[in-house]
Amino acid sequence: MQLSLTSSPHNHSHKSLSTIMLKVCLAASLGIVCQAYFFGFGVLIQLLLAITTAVVAEALVLKLRKRDIKTALSDYSAVLTALLLAISIPPLAPWWVIVIGTAFAIIFVKQLYGGLGFNLFNPAMAGYVLLLISFPVQMTTWSPPMELAFNQHSLLDEISVIFTGITQSGFTTEQLRLGVDGVSMATPLDSLKTGLSKGLTTSESLQNPIFGEFAGIGWQWVNVAYLLGGIYLLKSRIINWHIPVGFLASLAICASIGVVFHPGVSTGPILHLFSGATMLAAFFVSAQVPFCIYLAAQPC
Amino acid sequence: MTEQLRDIINQGLWKNNPALVQLLGLCPLLAVSATITNALGLGLATLFVLLGSNVTVAIVREWVPKEIRIPVFVMIIAAFVTMIELLMNAFSHELYLSLGIFIPLIVTNCAIIGRAEAFASKNSVPLAAFDGLMMGLGFLIVLVMLGAMRELLGQGTLFDGAHLLLGDWAKVLRIEVMKTDTQFLLAILSPGAFLGMGLLIALKNTIDAKQQAKQLEPIVEKAPRARVTSLD
Repeated sequence: MQLSLTSSPHNHSHKSLSTIMLKVCLAASLGIVCQAYFFGFGVLIQLLLAITTAVVAEALVLKLRKRDIKTALSDYSAVLTALLLAISIPPLAPWWVIVIGTAFAIIFVKQLYGGLGFNLFNPAMAGYVLLLISFPVQMTTWSPPMELAFNQHSLLDEISVIFTGITQSGFTTEQLRLGVDGVSMATPLDSLKTGLSKGLTTSESLQNPIFGEFAGIGWQWVNVAYLLGGIYLLKSRIINWHIPVGFLASLAICASIGVVFHPGVSTGPILHLFSGATMLAAFFVSAQVPFCIYLAAQPC
Repeated sequence: MTEQLRDIINQGLWKNNPALVQLLGLCPLLAVSATITNALGLGLATLFVLLGSNVTVAIVREWVPKEIRIPVFVMIIAAFVTMIELLMNAFSHELYLSLGIFIPLIVTNCAIIGRAEAFASKNSVPLAAFDGLMMGLGFLIVLVMLGAMRELLGQGTLFDGAHLLLGDWAKVLRIEVMKTDTQFLLAILSPGAFLGMGLLIALKNTIDAKQQAKQLEPIVEKAPRARVTSLD
């Protein structure tokens, strides 16, 4: 990245890097709590694994590059990368998935390009891409919300399934995915897609128990939580509104066009806005927090 | 004479390595290095073509007019590649199938026409043969190293399917380093090839830099003191 040279007077932004990073982590925390409440504690275990890996990997590379480890680690950028990656992968994915992804994100995508501010890509998302093309099965094994799951699982079960592949009572990840009717549950958007391929209309697919008040059960509140976190980021002027609003508006407009012209095979904008990782992507990923800091630090 | 030979060895295997320094022939290098067997097969084929074309170009160098040398070189190389293709089809058919289009594509490997133009067309037959051998070996070694890295990371084995190239006895060569239920697809797909190649080049550059630093290490002599103050 090339930074422009500007003449004086230099306005100093009073936000320090570590405060910004911590505020972003704070903004995401509500969504993480929501995820843990609806989908089990898996996400917290992944978070722990990811942060540990990120800090170790960062310290290792900094030592090799003969840089000051303490300063670089205390800006919390590695922690933020780990956090973003941990919340975007399935909560019950095996432990080595998150370890490989985070290590790649920190070592290859961030540090090999020169560290914070020099990385071409968002490290967390490059790590996500690596995982998605390397382990497509593990990366799409999403478990249903707890209230719909046939096999309930506790914290110990989740730890055991992440590290050994089976729970304490001997269930596999695949068995944990079974819904109350004994059929493997898909994510809301997945079940819409399979419904369409079976020839069902959208309104028929929406009868599926996985859908709640306005989007998928669990998923809708996770998205609301990330939306709130995003509004907090906007309020505290850490990100600019342009990217998230543009992202969400184009999604809503495209979905509306679909509903107007093909109501039978498409769903309204509300479902799209509150499904999957829409809000996470809009406020925490596409707004590229570590990159936008430079923009935010300069008076617009 | 021996000095010249040593220089050719050094150029081919290290200083001017076709894969690591000249970065020629990257297309087959990146596409075929998913396993050691494939890498070895393509490396040997390239080595043979390079040797044959270098020798032939050196033999005919006096009779080829300068203006049409490139088409002549290309025809010589194409003839050797066709031979290799037919031979592989006959003797290691399965490997021939798995290497696919990359065997005929050896023709377009710039390392080969590069050596014909830069070395063989200006040197005697034995020297050209030796140069072809060394350049081919340099390419082969990098190809096999990349193949080993990718195979180990991707599926946890080494020499998987070696019998396709070397005959049935080679089944004993297969080593299962680690047992994995899931392949690490990235290493097998092309991004893994680019990453692995980058790491190998970085490794070579590091070694070069270390050696240079060692050579340049200044000989510190005890500097004589310019001014000596003593009580006497």
